[in-house]
Amino acid sequence: MNPAYSVIFFTTASGAGYGLLALLGLTATSIGQSPSLAFVLVSMVIALALITAGLLSSTLHLGHPERAWRALSQWKTSWLSREGVAAIATYPFALAFGLTWSGLYTAPDAIAPLGVITAALSLITVFTTGKIYATLKTIRAWHQPLTVPVYLFFALASGSVLHLALLALFGRSPGPVAPVAVISLGTLAVLKFLYWRAIDRAPRDRTMGDATGLGDAVRQWEVPHTTKNFVQREMGFVVARRHATRLRGLFFILLALVGLLELAAQQVPYVSLAATVVIYVAAWVERWLFFAEGEHVVTLFYGNQQA
Amino acid sequence: MTALPQTTGKKLGLVIDLDTCVGCQACATSCKEWNAQGYSAPLADEDTRGPDPHGPWLNRIHGYEVEDTNGKDSRVVHFPRSCLHCETPACVTVCPTGASYKRAEDGIVLINPDTCIGCKLCSWACPYGAREYDVQEGVMKKCTLCVDRIYNENFEPEDRQPACVKACPTGARHFGDLGDENSAVSQLVKERGGFDLLPEMGYKPTNKYLPPRAKRDTPQPGIEALPKGDGSAMDRLFKLADRLLSGN
Repeated sequence: MNPAYSVIFFTTASGAGYGLLALLGLTATSIGQSPSLAFVLVSMVIALALITAGLLSSTLHLGHPERAWRALSQWKTSWLSREGVAAIATYPFALAFGLTWSGLYTAPDAIAPLGVITAALSLITVFTTGKIYATLKTIRAWHQPLTVPVYLFFALASGSVLHLALLALFGRSPGPVAPVAVISLGTLAVLKFLYWRAIDRAPRDRTMGDATGLGDAVRQWEVPHTTKNFVQREMGFVVARRHATRLRGLFFILLALVGLLELAAQQVPYVSLAATVVIYVAAWVERWLFFAEGEHVVTLFYGNQQA
Repeated sequence: MTALPQTTGKKLGLVIDLDTCVGCQACATSCKEWNAQGYSAPLADEDTRGPDPHGPWLNRIHGYEVEDTNGKDSRVVHFPRSCLHCETPACVTVCPTGASYKRAEDGIVLINPDTCIGCKLCSWACPYGAREYDVQEGVMKKCTLCVDRIYNENFEPEDRQPACVKACPTGARHFGDLGDENSAVSQLVKERGGFDLLPEMGYKPTNKYLPPRAKRDTPQPGIEALPKGDGSAMDRLFKLADRLLSGN
């Protein structure tokens, strides 16, 4: 599948934003010290800015962005519609949570419940994003049980690394965010390892013979058009095996580097800022590969023997 | 609505004969021509005079070679590929706006060009590559089964058929109701062993393909041995002329 930068930017930026928002919501009342107004405002603005920038990026790349509101209508059948509904539903709760948590609106009893609701909606949004891909039977590498968990743990891992950086920036103790970061980074590494093992082992059992009904000894003889069409441009992109292996290695090295930087951040808190940059690069590598390794069934009509 | 109808009154679709298709592209060009001016118009290409012309076509004609292991029945098969108007199409249910829909009355799968947002997710969900993005219109395009022809009362009854079917010079394309087992197309599918593409994926395509017929086992007329010269004077003269004219 063609790794479109708008979609990679959307899923990585919004993923980190929702992960941060979820953790802010869950830790707001358990972090011990009462937060400063600046910390709350900066954290909330960064979370919502990442989410909004991602959503805008994916919206502006539609053929008709002005019709995007229509995408909220088909939540009964479409995961993309559900994603839109969940994303929109998160905003009012996130804003109410931000207002009460910052003390701009005084309602101390509402902070915890609003935080939990905001966190739940954030994670539901990421879940729906993962489901869009996981439910596509046409792409074997996406139609996997680990696709959705990887999306969720990537959001939590990148969100918690960002959270740690913000806490360091404002001179606050990491509290429960540190173990959350360690656990989500570790889980992400394990899940992604298992995911890659699963897609390498899953048989490419659909053949050109199945697609054309012409039996096993069928080969492409003539293409229907002289230049690549939409189907080939969008669905025909496949990364070379050699590059994929290197990029998988790079991903694990980057994740390990994030871990090392967070370790160093215990002595020099500002190092955790570097960790956010590294995990974002890791997210791009992983998401680019997610698309590039997605082999679509339609390629069978265009000369691919197995998919 | 992207929810699928439980049943459809008719199952209108195409039956494509892989035995008689000659790959002439007449169906593809007549499809493009009709659909560039009818329903969901226009259907423009990009960079038409440049080095990389491309654009949405609703029908694509592939060519495959099929090798027979005993060497007798190897052949080239021309293979038109367009929307199969599936009974349970994922392209419809993934649509976030309801622009994609399957008609309850006849089973035709359509896109509303006024509400499609151009997110392309339907093209990802379709295993048959039936949907193409129209960059100029910003919406997805697909085979409409010429919904603006088949019910068009301004046409003579014999012209109320999809443009591709009308254009086919070898009669390799048949249009009809595949939900009616007595229809001509259903009978054809029965007689010739018509099959579904990728049936195990579960989308239940309406369109059927008829397999190429087995080759008849008649001996090919061989090239007969050329007559040998009879050594006469005339024969030697011709041989001399032949040598001189061929320069050796």
